[in-house]
Amino acid sequence: MAGVKVVDTTLRDGSHAVRHRFTEEQVTAIAAGLDKSGVALIELSHGDGLGGSGYTYGFSGVDEFSLLRAARRAIQNSKLTVLLLPGIGTIENLEEAVACGAQAVRVATHVTEGDVSAQHIGAAKRMNLFAVGFLMMVHMVSPERIAEEAAKMESYGADYINLADSAGYLLPDDVAARVEAVARRVKIPVGFHAHNNLGLAIANSLKAVESGASFLDGTLRGLGAGAGNAQIEVLAGVLARCGVETGLDFYGLMDLAQDVVQPVMHRPQVIDNGSLMLGYAGVYSSFLLHVYAAAEKYHLDPRDILVELGRRKMVGGQEDMIIDVSNDLKNKKTALV
Amino acid sequence: MSKVKVAVIGPGNIGSDIMYKIFRSQHLEMALMAGIVESEGIRRAASHGVDVSTEGVQAVIRRGDVRIVFDCTSAAAHRKHAPLLREAGQIAIDLTPAAVGPYCVPCVNLDRLKDEKNVNMVTCGGQATIPIVHAVARVAGAAYAEIVACISSKSAGPGTRANMDEFTQTTSKGIEVVGGADRGKAIIVLNPAEPPLMMTNTIQVRVKDPSVGLAPIRQSIDDMVASIRQYVPGYKMRVPPVLEDDKVTAIIQVEGQGDFLPTYSGNLDIINAAAVATAEKLASGMLEGGGA
Repeated sequence: MAGVKVVDTTLRDGSHAVRHRFTEEQVTAIAAGLDKSGVALIELSHGDGLGGSGYTYGFSGVDEFSLLRAARRAIQNSKLTVLLLPGIGTIENLEEAVACGAQAVRVATHVTEGDVSAQHIGAAKRMNLFAVGFLMMVHMVSPERIAEEAAKMESYGADYINLADSAGYLLPDDVAARVEAVARRVKIPVGFHAHNNLGLAIANSLKAVESGASFLDGTLRGLGAGAGNAQIEVLAGVLARCGVETGLDFYGLMDLAQDVVQPVMHRPQVIDNGSLMLGYAGVYSSFLLHVYAAAEKYHLDPRDILVELGRRKMVGGQEDMIIDVSNDLKNKKTALV
Repeated sequence: MSKVKVAVIGPGNIGSDIMYKIFRSQHLEMALMAGIVESEGIRRAASHGVDVSTEGVQAVIRRGDVRIVFDCTSAAAHRKHAPLLREAGQIAIDLTPAAVGPYCVPCVNLDRLKDEKNVNMVTCGGQATIPIVHAVARVAGAAYAEIVACISSKSAGPGTRANMDEFTQTTSKGIEVVGGADRGKAIIVLNPAEPPLMMTNTIQVRVKDPSVGLAPIRQSIDDMVASIRQYVPGYKMRVPPVLEDDKVTAIIQVEGQGDFLPTYSGNLDIINAAAVATAEKLASGMLEGGGA
């Protein structure tokens, strides 16, 4: 199989798992280690992208621009990358990120709303950035529909299309169908971003590569929203066993995960019951910790909240609706008593 | 009873919906629908017996009897229209992002804008959330206010989609300038669920003085909701306000009146209804002053 470029998002998706509390020291150590280990892109932002800090998604402990400057100083070869969700982050935020050293941006939209990325991908290309069209929650629509949105992002100037299984819902054959449909439709490369809510992050990533993906996302120790992402040191080992060229330093990533990332983790990155329900019900992984907080406040079972969010087809960025759902469930419970 | 004559420039979805709202108005008469090309919107207006023109703003300024003009075109077009309308002595209600004149959220600041010749209607999310921010700020102060507006994908038109930043930045500024928060932040999310979801808005405010307690905050919000419901009957509280430490959270829903657009397009209904409510207030002043 052809080579694969691996994108590390420990400092972005992993930010959810530490409630957006990374410090400059942690960022410096992690970014320096990733750079030495040969990852192509190092993504760093608030978990919900530039401008995500606030009540809805959680306030950042340290301003993301300070973190970007710290990472920039620690990196020599990898591209420092930011995430931007139109509707949350703005081009003004992106300009500031570039002033802090960002060289690439992944512009993320819900899988059916690719056209809202035109403004931001266009601006990124005018700033000479490497720009990625990032479609979230790809389990929610058919492969053909995803391909249509990917083609729009390609037309805006995207350098590759990343498909995110944001709910960790897809089974390997679903991944294959989606990657193949997009690869057939666009001329640019295709990438895949897994969540491990059903224990399939590595298997699905491998399936994506077999189906034509040439970029894969991962994080050290799997640190990320829900049950986390594809564990990058595991990806390095598995892809090596498959004979896929990645340029990754397998031992280097293992050491970085164990010595630097593990000590900063707030909780073990396992498939707990809430994470399993995310994958089972098809809910955006970043909702998990907010759901746990709401369940405690409203005296509810987090699984009931997650199932209702899935039933209502809430999309990425709708963390505020956890309050709405919890309030409704509490009222229903009170009415029954 | 005499009415004040008004014109609409831009016969698209927004302009057509405004036309139907004007038909229901006590104080406004739909005198002219102006576009720049023959279109379905022009034909629709003509079919209701409204004068129509494809000469755009020129047709409007020639009509000396028209006192108030709704501009439903684009920011670039409105920047050209604004000086012409001003010169013609016509009051402009700007539904574009141009914001040549001050922001107007009728239930909050219209009383202070009665002498303005050009007012801007902020954004749909702004019309839905700024009143609640203001309701909190006027009793407890607002150091920071953050809103999330969720609208159905089907009611986000190409203009909104092509410029998401305009929505977030304009709404944030409106939260500060009109809402009264020291710092504002706005987020917009499009949801494609079928059947389409009603517009939902979450408002979170960090108050300066939590010691006032929930009761006056709640009363202030209830009063505000009642005054918005006078022009948007489908505006309602989904999650009543809660106060945790210094944070107030409330969620509201906006169901549209279905004049021309579907009821799930509460986002479009509220900005259009706010524009018409603004014109009605200005018109009633003109009628009382005997100026019509």
